Amino acid sequence: MARALINVPQKAKSGQVIEIKTLISHIMETGFRHDNVGKAIPRNIITTFVARYNGEEIFRTDLFPAIAANPFVSFHTVATESGTIEFEWTGDNGFHETGSAKITVE
Amino acid sequence: MKEARTRRVGKAKRAHRGVGRVGTALCAFAHPTLLLLALCTPLLATEIPLDQRRSGYEDLSRDSKAMEDDDTANPATFWVLDGEALWNAKAGSANKSCADCHGDAAQSMKGVAARYPAFDERLGRPIDLEERINLERRDRQNAPPLKFESHELLALTAFIGRQSRGLPIAEAADPRLKPFIAQGRALYELRQGQINMSCAQCHDDNWGKKLAGNIVPQAHPTGYPIYRLEWQSVGSLQRRLRNCIAGMRAEPFDFGAPDYVALELFLMQRARGMTIETPGVRP
Repeated sequence: MARALINVPQKAKSGQVIEIKTLISHIMETGFRHDNVGKAIPRNIITTFVARYNGEEIFRTDLFPAIAANPFVSFHTVATESGTIEFEWTGDNGFHETGSAKITVE
Repeated sequence: MKEARTRRVGKAKRAHRGVGRVGTALCAFAHPTLLLLALCTPLLATEIPLDQRRSGYEDLSRDSKAMEDDDTANPATFWVLDGEALWNAKAGSANKSCADCHGDAAQSMKGVAARYPAFDERLGRPIDLEERINLERRDRQNAPPLKFESHELLALTAFIGRQSRGLPIAEAADPRLKPFIAQGRALYELRQGQINMSCAQCHDDNWGKKLAGNIVPQAHPTGYPIYRLEWQSVGSLQRRLRNCIAGMRAEPFDFGAPDYVALELFLMQRARGMTIETPGVRP
């Protein structure tokens, strides 16, 4: 079951640097492993993570097989205006998960 | 690796005979540190004074500490949330949920994980939280038992354990537990496996030193079930014990074996008064 935990401060002052933390539940199967009968386990990872602040892209990263299960991504941004920060994870086998958080800028 | 494991009996000679020369040589190459520890440590196994006990948390890196401290950074939160959903979900032919009888877990389950394993009247022996959950499923919900280390069982134990976070591990008040604590202690001090080591040799006599680059912890079960970075998953105390037993090249018990419960009980008593961190993060 895919699920994301998002940690965005609810309130911030205009111009303040805020930290955004995200954690998503995913097995991040590397594609390099074999099962107990020698069959290759196909790769199943998240490949891209994007964050948008009121529709404008503020952060993007690619993810690779070496990244552990349940990837944790945190980054900083400047609080400019009240609104919504949206997050999007895409990956193998059509994996697609979204989340969002509201922020009030004073 | 597999055939190199022997039964858990503390007789190195027997182990070597069973494995043959190749196995022994391999073992010497693979684990020189372990062997040195085993050979050079005087067999004192003195208990750690109460005021010198420390949680494995103290030896975590700054990043791992941050992970445990913040629920939104701790991946075990996924298990806790799933456990909460299971707590409220109706199960079995009785069509009852845990919450139907126990209500709000924040109230009813507070402190429960801090006093388990506890004595069960009908079985006449202590049982751990996992066994308790499965007994309740059988008796109250008419539901099939959850498999050890299954996502569901880990989720429920993580959720119930979470309700005791911050509470001290209770001292066993039930006198019927005494022989089982003694049994756990005996297992803890028993030299076993091909390497012929006991738990106490590392965790009582050599904690704080390095074993293959890792700090040897005191082995207090304060955060179980834990999110272990090596596992990339949550796992139970029994899974962790299997790890150590296999590391000593002894044969691990099956999941649910009373021997594990005795060991869990002894470890909890050894950590009595220490704070529950569930769900903890460990490397």
